Amino acid sequence: MAIAEAETQIIGGIAAKFRTCPASGLKIDLAAERLIKANAVASIVFLAIGGLFGLLVALTRWQTVHILPADMFYLALTAHGLDVLLVWIIFFEMAVLYFCSAVLLNCRLATPKLGWVAFVLMIAGAVLANVAVLQGNSSVMFTSYVPMKADPNFYLGIILFAVGALIGCFMFLGTLVIAKDEKTYEGSIPLVTFGALTACIIAIFSIAAGAIILLPTWLWSLGYISHIDTVMYKLVWWAMGHGTQQVNVAAHVAIWYAVAAILLGAKPLSEKVSRTAFLLYILFLQLASAHHLLVEPGLSEEWQIFNTSYAIYLAVLGSMIHGMTVTGAVEAAQRRNGYTRGAFEWLRKAPWGNPAFAGMFLSLIMFGFLGGISGVVLGTEQLNIMLHNTIYVPGHFHATVVAGTTLAFMALTYLVLPLIFQKQVVWPKLARLQPYIFAVGVAGISLFMMGAGTLGVARRHWDIGFADAPMSFSYPAAAHLMLALNGIFAVIASIGGILFVLIAVGTVLWGKPVTAENIVESLGPMPKKQVTDAVSTYGNAGTWHLPGTYILVAVFFLSFVLYYFVNWKYLSEIWPLS
Amino acid sequence: MAIHPPEERIWWNQKVGKDELIWIVIAFLWGVIMFSMMIYWHVVGKQNLSTTAYRIDPAAFEEKTEAFADQFKVREEGDTGIPVVRPPAGGDVYMLARLWQFWPVLELEKGESYQLHLSSMDYQHGFSLQPVNINIQVHPLIEHVLTVTPTETGTFSVVCNEFCGIGHHTMIGRIHVVEKGTQR
Ligand code: HEM
Ligand SMILES: [Cu+2]
Ligand SMILES: [Cu+2]
Repeated sequence: MAIAEAETQIIGGIAAKFRTCPASGLKIDLAAERLIKANAVASIVFLAIGGLFGLLVALTRWQTVHILPADMFYLALTAHGLDVLLVWIIFFEMAVLYFCSAVLLNCRLATPKLGWVAFVLMIAGAVLANVAVLQGNSSVMFTSYVPMKADPNFYLGIILFAVGALIGCFMFLGTLVIAKDEKTYEGSIPLVTFGALTACIIAIFSIAAGAIILLPTWLWSLGYISHIDTVMYKLVWWAMGHGTQQVNVAAHVAIWYAVAAILLGAKPLSEKVSRTAFLLYILFLQLASAHHLLVEPGLSEEWQIFNTSYAIYLAVLGSMIHGMTVTGAVEAAQRRNGYTRGAFEWLRKAPWGNPAFAGMFLSLIMFGFLGGISGVVLGTEQLNIMLHNTIYVPGHFHATVVAGTTLAFMALTYLVLPLIFQKQVVWPKLARLQPYIFAVGVAGISLFMMGAGTLGVARRHWDIGFADAPMSFSYPAAAHLMLALNGIFAVIASIGGILFVLIAVGTVLWGKPVTAENIVESLGPMPKKQVTDAVSTYGNAGTWHLPGTYILVAVFFLSFVLYYFVNWKYLSEIWPLS
Repeated sequence: MAIHPPEERIWWNQKVGKDELIWIVIAFLWGVIMFSMMIYWHVVGKQNLSTTAYRIDPAAFEEKTEAFADQFKVREEGDTGIPVVRPPAGGDVYMLARLWQFWPVLELEKGESYQLHLSSMDYQHGFSLQPVNINIQVHPLIEHVLTVTPTETGTFSVVCNEFCGIGHHTMIGRIHVVEKGTQR
């Protein structure tokens, strides 16, 4: 294999082996490459396990199928949250951090041995927590609200996993320092790396919050601490829980920029704007814990309003900016590539047959329209009264963390396979379809869970028929219909998920090697006339108008405003409270 | 490209495009509007969650609730053995959450405002009033006092929507709302 020829370089007395990527010319540290592979593989294994639990949960909530008994349902739901939200996503983010530092900066990875320590800790933690859940005495949901107690190993597993992730974050920072010292790049770090840096900083905050709350909770479960305040627990737990969601957002926004850059040659419209938007995440996200405490007793209105809105919606502003600038960067790049007709030729002629592009763009649209809008509504102080703990909540976050983050990670995987694993994606026809199948499924589960939630259906609830309850109650028939549809779309999403796992595993095992000759085609279809002229600097910079982007943004904004006020109208109709 | 260092080294001095600026301004103003909306609703809106809450021992809350139920019990709810309690219009009403019930059943008058006291005896529970769709978290050791005004008559259910163990899906309570002045 031509590519695997590695050269050893000794920099600052430390030997690192590199190969040169034939597509980009970047030097790739083989130690970083191995860690990226290990973390990516681990992440996908846990996505498969966690996804399966998700399917079982969804089929149980479909009242006529009702596949699991009650105890198994709560167990499966706990395992689902743990394995997908924590384990899948964070393992993949470790791979993203190593990629965005060592690979994109042309640099050796800081302390690769420590990277393996981190990896082993994370695996051990994930296994420990899973075993605790599967043993059946830790069905406390991944949020583990006190005073409900899980097996001590449940908390310990999560703590070990978090320590591993923390090490990975510091390695990322260390690599940035090395790259700067050794001058492996010129000027400022790339925007994508800047996004990853944002994710890393927020991750460090979040993990610190996690430690502050989980260590005492672990000691409490062992009997060394007698009491943990329930409201305080939630406040600090969600500083981690919501913090890590902002990590996901920063990571998947960085991936949007990366995929658009690799496939279309997209450039940020303006570095300043995009970087400032990332900065807004860092500055304001810690406030978001408040989203989860809007209907708790005893917290002042001022505190709630300020915090739930991230000051004055400044982190939301960050996302609204990215939504426009990523779309705009894609449009500008496509116009440069020659698709200039009308408002939307650039979009119609985009490489929709490339799963990396399709996944990325669907992630962008669904995150904005479904996840973003519903999230702001849910996080509005008074509107939360109508939605708190209904199944609207999982509806919302399947749009953010599945349609947004997971789909973006899938999209990136289609590039990581040829670029890092150096394997051509197997079954390209299936791979083309995969993002669409998954996206349709996820859009369905998000919308139908939100729909059922609007009708009041509780989340984390085994039987909304209340067969064993001492008093009868029934949600409207429409709610049952929504949950049935949710079940059907869960099957579709699962097919998309299984295809993804099979394609990824199949490629790693049986993919044809990527060579210098075929690497470009191995990335999948791309627009033909990709110009990499150094002259055209920034996306718009006065030269390009982006009518398609303006229209999309306008549609988004109108939907947002309408939906927001419709919910206030609903609120005004419920019983007065004060 | 976004995966390379910025082409302009001094990128922070670059001019920002007009279209981006316009969107930033619109998005920012929209944030200000949404922020103000919450404040506005505190002033004119009728649905704001009370922030009145006290520390309380579960046993003490149970005692208060039982005394309340004894005093104003009018009948039992079907064959559940759970008392239906009809407090004087506009008074204090108590409902406790425990594994796995909301206790007691309340009978309220339409259009009257009541001080509803909520607390949990054990884990956290979720007070989810259906089909009105009012959802409030109930904590142990905290007594949450809110003013509610039923605006329609009928039988309403209180579903628990915070996971509280294996019987969570059987946890249900009830509130009847009747016309003013009807017989107890
Ligand atoms: C095949 C794909 C998936 C399906 C069918 C699915 C379905 C579901 C369903 C039906 C629920 C339960 C709602 C409830 O009863 O409260 C749920 C909960 C949840 N899902 Fe998924 N999901 C999928 C993938 C994912 C992924 C990829 C993630 C994260 C990246 C995720 C994160 C979560 C979380 C955090 C919960 C909440 C668990 C809890 O309430 O404790 N899901 N999912
Ligand atoms: Cu309960
Ligand atoms: Cu419950």
